[in-house]
Amino acid sequence: MAGMTNKVDLSVDLGFLKLCNPVLAASGTFGYGLEFEPYLDLEKLGGFVVKGLYFKPRDGNPPPRLVETASGLINAIGLQGVGIEAFAEKVLPKLRRLRTAVIVNVCGEDDDEYAAVVEYLDGQEGIAAYELNISCPNVKAEGLCPALSPRTTFDLVKRLKAASRRPLITKLSPNVTSIVEIAKAAEEAGSDAIALVNTFLAMAIDLETRRPKLRNVFGGLSGPAIKPIALRMVYQVASRVRVPVIGMGGIMTGADALEFLVAGAAAVEVGTANFVDPDAAVRIVAEIESWCEAHGVAAVREVVGAIKVS
Amino acid sequence: MTIDRNARLRDIRNWGDYFHLTIDTPDVGREARPGQFVMVKVGDGPIPLLRRPLSIHDAGKDGIELFFKVSGQGTEILSRKKPGDSLDLIGPLGKGFTVSDAMKGKRAHLVGGGRGIAPLFFLARELGARGVRTAVFYGGRRLADIPLRDKFDKAGIELLCSTDDGSFGFAGLVTELVGRELAKTKPDIIHACGPDAMMKALAALAAKHGVPAEFSLESIMGCGIGACWGCVHRIRNESGDGWTKICEEGPVFPGERILWPE
Repeated sequence: MAGMTNKVDLSVDLGFLKLCNPVLAASGTFGYGLEFEPYLDLEKLGGFVVKGLYFKPRDGNPPPRLVETASGLINAIGLQGVGIEAFAEKVLPKLRRLRTAVIVNVCGEDDDEYAAVVEYLDGQEGIAAYELNISCPNVKAEGLCPALSPRTTFDLVKRLKAASRRPLITKLSPNVTSIVEIAKAAEEAGSDAIALVNTFLAMAIDLETRRPKLRNVFGGLSGPAIKPIALRMVYQVASRVRVPVIGMGGIMTGADALEFLVAGAAAVEVGTANFVDPDAAVRIVAEIESWCEAHGVAAVREVVGAIKVS
Repeated sequence: MTIDRNARLRDIRNWGDYFHLTIDTPDVGREARPGQFVMVKVGDGPIPLLRRPLSIHDAGKDGIELFFKVSGQGTEILSRKKPGDSLDLIGPLGKGFTVSDAMKGKRAHLVGGGRGIAPLFFLARELGARGVRTAVFYGGRRLADIPLRDKFDKAGIELLCSTDDGSFGFAGLVTELVGRELAKTKPDIIHACGPDAMMKALAALAAKHGVPAEFSLESIMGCGIGACWGCVHRIRNESGDGWTKICEEGPVFPGERILWPE
């Protein structure tokens, strides 16, 4: 009986991956994981998604790269990173010993680079799945990213699914006309799960200087400001695809995370909250557990998709 | 480093827009080194969303002191805290100034512009305790921008002040004052914190006189712990010039590694 036990089953099963709880730390907000070891027990997370990796090291955008807005943060980091070899040599051996799901966010300047990253990582142990970042500007397509059309999404996912020995999670951009159409294209191409949303294209202006506050002019908006839109998109996608959905966008609390689960997400990612409180993700796990206890929910998976729309 | 969610504001005082906070946070205080910083949560809700990076102005077994100028929403909220209020802060973070017993008997020039003076009090105290002959150059636009004069005087730290408008001390830029002194006596090291223009000019001056220098850089920061990659500056590394995280590898860098913007 749910009411008689205070031990809530927090585990979730994505089919291709079992998680000890539904909370993952989101790519781009959690470094390579190790940065957070002083602040939390990484094994108390369902898992984490490391910062997006291209094949080669990348220098990223010139500063200013960040601007804070009302309940939000716009970033234009430009996917700076150490590249796949440094990751495999210096970081992955330390992540391998952790009993938690390590997911690698895969980037590419074109489809060939994505494939090269996957091929290289397939030769490494200690990775639970790949999260495919299809929001990278494609240098061969005028900087447009694969996420913007069902066709480019389908082609890329199909190619990588055929090449990869690991499960593939496709992470969608919200900056599209029909998120469901893109999600279905990824599913049809064989994606094992859909993660959404990435950041919303945004900008901020300094009125005094009349200049954009970001050197890159545009950036991606994250944080509580985007939560209602992200939640809507997760609900739309979860009700239209069969594969598991991983929901994210402005999750700061256990209640926020539970709303995404109710909307149909099988798991969630916590992003910007990690910047504010480096231990936010474990706090959110604890808050989910308390909520379940207080509401007589014996297993958190019971609330997945439990939304009542009538 | 520590996340102290129950740091306590013991005292707050101000000179116009400049504020000085004394905070009880023993774990952070004991661990802090000059040039390190803390990330302070200023509000309770999502506005403002992010913590604010603030230099540690002084530290001891009971806690830390902060000194800042109100320059936006975050520092404005912080300036309205009352003694007894609870604060949520993470620290000490980053890599600070070089302080070592090997510097005994050497001469150091510490150069601070405006609110950039913040970390130099702690540094001057620590250097003094190691027998380093320390002179602090403290510059501001006008008299109101150099409110910590008395504090340095009372601590027995040699202080040379400048104001751009000539309302106190040397009339002109603090870098001009440093330049004049460099012509007379050459220190073994320069430590600096202040506006980019000041530090860039000072870097050129130090290089001209062949004096090694360390600079504390400032940036908007998302997290302060190396996770967001938002606070970068161009730094020379073994692997070439790259955007380097100020929070993690700095905020203090040796002058010869810093590439100043044009």
